[in-house]
Amino acid sequence: MNSLLLTARLDIVESLRARWFLLYSLVFGGIVALLFAFGLTESRVLGFIGLSRLLVTYIQLTMAILPIFVLITTVRSVAGDREAGVFEYLLSLPVSLSAWFWGKILGRYVTIFLPVFVAMFGAVLWAQFKAIEVPWEMFFYYTGLLAAMAWCFLGIGMLISTLARSTDVAQGAAFIVWLSMLLFLDLILLGVMIQGRVAPEVAVGIALLNPLQVFRTASLAMFDPQLIVLGPSAYVILDLFGSAGFRVYALLYPLAIGSLAALVGFLTFRRSDLP
Amino acid sequence: MIRFENVGKDFRKIRVLDGVELEIGLGERIALIGSNGAGKTTLIRCLLGEYTHQGKVTIDGQQPRAERTQVLGKVGFVPQLPPPLKMPVGQLVTFAAAVCGSDSQRIYAVARRLGLEVAPIMARPFNRLSGGMKQKLLIAIALGRDAQVLVMDEPAANLDPEARHIFFSLLAERLENTTMIISSHRLDEVAPLVNRVVEMDTGRIVLDDRVVEDAKLSALFQVHLTLARADAAIAKTLIAWQFADRGQGLEWHGTVSGPDRLRFMGTVSRYVGLLSRIEMKEVDAAVVLQ
Repeated sequence: MNSLLLTARLDIVESLRARWFLLYSLVFGGIVALLFAFGLTESRVLGFIGLSRLLVTYIQLTMAILPIFVLITTVRSVAGDREAGVFEYLLSLPVSLSAWFWGKILGRYVTIFLPVFVAMFGAVLWAQFKAIEVPWEMFFYYTGLLAAMAWCFLGIGMLISTLARSTDVAQGAAFIVWLSMLLFLDLILLGVMIQGRVAPEVAVGIALLNPLQVFRTASLAMFDPQLIVLGPSAYVILDLFGSAGFRVYALLYPLAIGSLAALVGFLTFRRSDLP
Repeated sequence: MIRFENVGKDFRKIRVLDGVELEIGLGERIALIGSNGAGKTTLIRCLLGEYTHQGKVTIDGQQPRAERTQVLGKVGFVPQLPPPLKMPVGQLVTFAAAVCGSDSQRIYAVARRLGLEVAPIMARPFNRLSGGMKQKLLIAIALGRDAQVLVMDEPAANLDPEARHIFFSLLAERLENTTMIISSHRLDEVAPLVNRVVEMDTGRIVLDDRVVEDAKLSALFQVHLTLARADAAIAKTLIAWQFADRGQGLEWHGTVSGPDRLRFMGTVSRYVGLLSRIEMKEVDAAVVLQ
């Protein structure tokens, strides 16, 4: 087995033993269990019933929880490992820096994506068992969306871990990044538009650069292809991308952001002091 | 073999290494000593390719930072503080053996010689081991491969006397073809292990001297102590050195490793007023250990 896979396996084994992973898995498994327990599959919203209703709610909740979870746990463990002297020892072994960095990302990606996916897949299996119809197209698209979201925030988390020299700074920076994205979902953009300082197209453009907004809009687009709930902003988005085009953009853009952040993180890591 | 050429390092405008020039040949055993902040750890991290720096560091002409896998494949490292790894012992050994091109069984064999049976603790997280067990395992990982350079930071600090002796014997087996750099705050801890002393202060080398030691690293000395009166404090110390009481706390017998003589004498000197006789005789290590 090469060094990259060995490092990935090492990170997976470390993560499986960490408390954050247990909490993380319980949160997503618990969400699905609660949604079933409260009979969400029987309720109807916007014409949606059955597993579609559950999946829509699940992805909305996941979008609220996953980014901050991924950011905080990634920066805590990587910066924490560096502070505790783990890097000093493990990086004295003959493993290349690229194998180490990308192996760590790969391992971490498996541990953050798997619980989210397994919870959703569990819901699908349960639905099949209970003879509830499974909206496969929605399931596969949401799986892709979750995979892109996990990669996006993992890349950003690794970049912050590489730049910050202590756990406290890394955690603070991760929180600020997440808060900024959250504020740019609605609050700041609305304020800016109300003051009339920017054109609506610019405000929508800024919103579309925000990965959180992209996920939110893409998940809405699955059950509201015309994006009626977004109001006039929908015209800008649909004119620019089209309905199918936006769904592709919502997968590719976060992947690009995550990859770019991870690449910058790697280049910085390679040039800086390791422990 | 190892060359430091005008090596410098700054941390936020503080000069930590200042133009270090050092050449270390094959088979040399260096004691790298100095007080806290002298630059020992920084120098070691530059050698391991972990820090960027000014100047040049090479091992057999190769730079540890640029040619990591080739260079670090020749280097075994034992840190002073064991890393807080949560992974199971078996996983750590498998990973280290795989990236170092070694064999897990070879590492387990070294650990066994140091008195650490790995089989019962394979699934235990590394950070849950005792200090001595962690140290033995890290030493086993460093020695359980064909390392040409051993870099060790206070390697025997957590070992019991018997494990220390075996550790010294393991080092003795590699004297001909291995270069060793042993870092310590105190010379008396490492002096018997080395044949050259390099002292650092404020990022510079302030002393570079040779050490004469006739006794072998694997030598073992039988020690007999007679006390003027029984005393609880010295009894506790001697029991820690695994000495046996042969006469109501007045007569004590035990063995001390050759490299540990200075440390032992330093310890016993605290009770010099109680000593009425001390005898130290080199014996055949193979016979005693049986």
